[in-house]
Amino acid sequence: MSDPLSGPQSGPQSGPHVAGKRAEDIANPLFEYLLRIGDDRVVLGHRTSEWCGHGPMLEEDIALANIALDFVGQGSALLALAGATEGQGRDEDTLAYFRSEPEYRNVQLVELPKGDFAFTVARQFLFDAHSVLLWESLAQCPFAPLAGIAAKALKEDRYHVRHSSDWMLRLGDGTAESHERVQRALNNLWRFAGELFEVDAVDVAVHEQGIVVDMPSIQSRWNAMVSDVVTRATLTLPATGASATGGRRGRHTESLGHMLAEMQIVARSHPGAKW
Amino acid sequence: MVDRATPTKEEVLLILETVKDPEVPVVSVVELGIVRQVAIADRHVTITITPTYSGCPAMREIEQDIRAALSASGIDEVTIATVHAPAWTTDWIGADAKEKLRAYGIAPPGPAEQGGLVTIARRRAAPACPRCGSSNTDLQSEFGSTACKAIHVCRNCAEPFDEFKAF
Repeated sequence: MSDPLSGPQSGPQSGPHVAGKRAEDIANPLFEYLLRIGDDRVVLGHRTSEWCGHGPMLEEDIALANIALDFVGQGSALLALAGATEGQGRDEDTLAYFRSEPEYRNVQLVELPKGDFAFTVARQFLFDAHSVLLWESLAQCPFAPLAGIAAKALKEDRYHVRHSSDWMLRLGDGTAESHERVQRALNNLWRFAGELFEVDAVDVAVHEQGIVVDMPSIQSRWNAMVSDVVTRATLTLPATGASATGGRRGRHTESLGHMLAEMQIVARSHPGAKW
Repeated sequence: MVDRATPTKEEVLLILETVKDPEVPVVSVVELGIVRQVAIADRHVTITITPTYSGCPAMREIEQDIRAALSASGIDEVTIATVHAPAWTTDWIGADAKEKLRAYGIAPPGPAEQGGLVTIARRRAAPACPRCGSSNTDLQSEFGSTACKAIHVCRNCAEPFDEFKAF
C-alpha cells in the first residue's frame, strides 16, 4: 500500500489562469482540494439521509438511504485522506464534526434543504452527472490514494446517475403535477450548478502537483448529459444567468449552519464518546 | 493466550473461510474477494481487506469478525489494513460462491459493467429467479436491502428476490 502522506508526484507545469489568490499563496492546496470534494459528499449524504423513513414509497426510501450511505462513505474516505495530508492529527470524524460552517468547503448546491421529492431528484441528478465525470478524471490521477477512492466512487455513482436520471424521466414525463414540480425544482437549482465547475487557485495548485481535471471539458460533457435527459423528460433547460458562488471559500447559505447543528450535536456534546 | 507456532498463510486462509459476510451469511469474506492479501512476518499476521461499497456498514463488523475468528485459534498479533485500489468488483466472486448465493435465494451477479456512461435505464439481461429459474423477472429497484443488492420480482412464480448486483 502506498503511503498516503507521500503526496502526488510532480505533473504538468502550466495550469488554467485564474484571477484572485495565487496558487503559491495557499499553504496546503491538496488538503484544501480534498476537503472540497469530501465536504460535498458529507453534506449531500446528510441531506439525502433525511429521507430515511420519509421516502415516497418503500423502494425509494431504501434507495435514498443506500445512496446517502455511499456519499457518507466517499466523504469519509476523502476527509480521512485530507486529514492525513494535513498531518495535524485530524481524522475524518474530527473534520466532519468539529469544523463550523465557514470552515466547510462544499458547494451551496448540496446544502440546500431537501425540499420535495422532485427537488431531491433534480439536485441528485445535477450533482451525479458532475460526479461521474469528475471521478473518471480523478481515477487517472497520479496520486494513488485519491485515484483509488475515485475509481471506487465512480462505480457507485454510475448507479446513482442512472437512478436520478430515471426519476427525472418519470417525473418530467409523468403527471402534470410531477412535471410542474420537477421543472420548478430545476429552475430553482439551476443557478447553484455553476459552482461545480469553478476553477480557482486551489485547482491550479493541485494541477501543478499532477491532479489534472479538465473542467471546461467536464462542463461541456455535463451540459450534453443534462440536456439529453432534460429533453427526454419533456422538461425545459432553464436559461443560464448569474451563478451562486462562495461555498469553496466558506461562504454558505443560511441552510448549512442548521444542518451542521443537527449533524454535529451528539459528537460535540459528548466528545470522544463511543458506543 | 495459547502458545502456538507461527501460523502459515494456508492456516490463516482456512480460518478466514469461516468468516461469513454478516449480510450474506452463506459466503465467506475470502469468497467475496474482500480479503485481498495475507502476509505473515515474525508471528505477526497482516490481512489486507477492501470495502465492497464506500459506505458499507458491514465493514467494521467484518473486521471484528476476522479478529475474533483468528483470536479463537490463538492468533492475536493481527493488523488489518484497508485498501481502495483496485476497486472491489463482483467479478472476483467465483462460480462456487455464486451458486451458494443462488441456493440462498439471492440471484448471483452477472459480469460487471464496463465502458461508457449510460444515464437512462440500462436494460441489462434479467437475472433468473433463484426460486423457479424463470428469466421472466422485473427490476423493482437497483438499490435493495443492502448497497450490494437490487430488488426484483419474478413474473412467473411471483417471488420477490434480491440480486447481488454486478459491480
